[in-house]
Amino acid sequence: MSIHSEANLDAELHAHGDTHGHGSYRSYTIGFILSVILTAVPFWLVMAHPIANAGVTAAFVIVFAALQILVHTVCFLHVNSEAEGGWTLMAYMFTAILLIITIAGSLWIMYHLNSNMMPSVPAQAANSL
Amino acid sequence: MRAFVQRWRGPEAMATVTEQTLPDPTFHLVEAHSHEHGAGGGTLLGFWIYLMSDALLFAAVFASFGVLSSAYAGGPTPREIFELPLVALNTAILLVSSITFGFAMLAMEPGKVRSTQAWLLVTALLGASFVAVELYEFGSLIAEGATPQRSGFLSGFFTLVGLHGLHVTAGIVWIFVMLAQIGQRGLIVANKRRLMCLGMFWHFLDVVWIGVFTFVYLLGVLR
Repeated sequence: MSIHSEANLDAELHAHGDTHGHGSYRSYTIGFILSVILTAVPFWLVMAHPIANAGVTAAFVIVFAALQILVHTVCFLHVNSEAEGGWTLMAYMFTAILLIITIAGSLWIMYHLNSNMMPSVPAQAANSL
Repeated sequence: MRAFVQRWRGPEAMATVTEQTLPDPTFHLVEAHSHEHGAGGGTLLGFWIYLMSDALLFAAVFASFGVLSSAYAGGPTPREIFELPLVALNTAILLVSSITFGFAMLAMEPGKVRSTQAWLLVTALLGASFVAVELYEFGSLIAEGATPQRSGFLSGFFTLVGLHGLHVTAGIVWIFVMLAQIGQRGLIVANKRRLMCLGMFWHFLDVVWIGVFTFVYLLGVLR
């Protein structure tokens, strides 16, 4: 630290491709507007019941959540293939895979466990998941 | 993308070159433009890796909530206890706090100290109101008898939402620490680096909240 001047350090910070916090006014605004839409629509779908079928509504809500996570990742977290030589994107994708395996795998296993272990309580087995 | 070079010369070179002349064999990939990690070369990537491991912690808690989400044990169901307008309010607060943090980052870059501090303060206040609304929700649930001990569903709910709230609280504390540091030393490089990490943390918490309001509240009420 002490051997470098502050200007050098600042240049160094940029030279490393540390572009995390360096969004533009435009990217934040676009991200915000998209997020408002992607938040408002699922809340409206659930609160106003424009779609009678709960399963279809649930599918829409999940799609909107996935889209909003993508918007936040790109516009707010500035993850792209350039930052940190692509390693942030790499770690992000690896985490996403582990996340899906953990959550979907747990639900899948426990659903089958429930339906196979409690045949004497049909109402409860049907309710599970 | 950075170019990588492999400095190891391969078996043919090893056989012909004697021990003394062999130039320090390196058995890993060496980055082409070697550099000192002074200001924050590895810090931001390292913090990113922390956030990803935090995401895995949340994945485990989400999974256990998902497994327990219909274990009502005769107690209240999501439809009976969740107030979606309150959740919508909290979602809006957190979303606005994300963009106000963005404005703090935009003010930080050209070194506008006052503006950065102001936006950080606004973000912290929004974060505090988020936590306050959440605590109000927890309080009214517990007053109704929907305590964490009531059922598996409620244990999972309080663990997941509480863990997120705890993260937001930590973020607020961090914002005030940064306000003090900026107040003392201004927007020096170290503080800019810290603010970038804090920004990633804050936006990450908003991403986790998307999962919470979708899977806990919206899908809970639909169930």
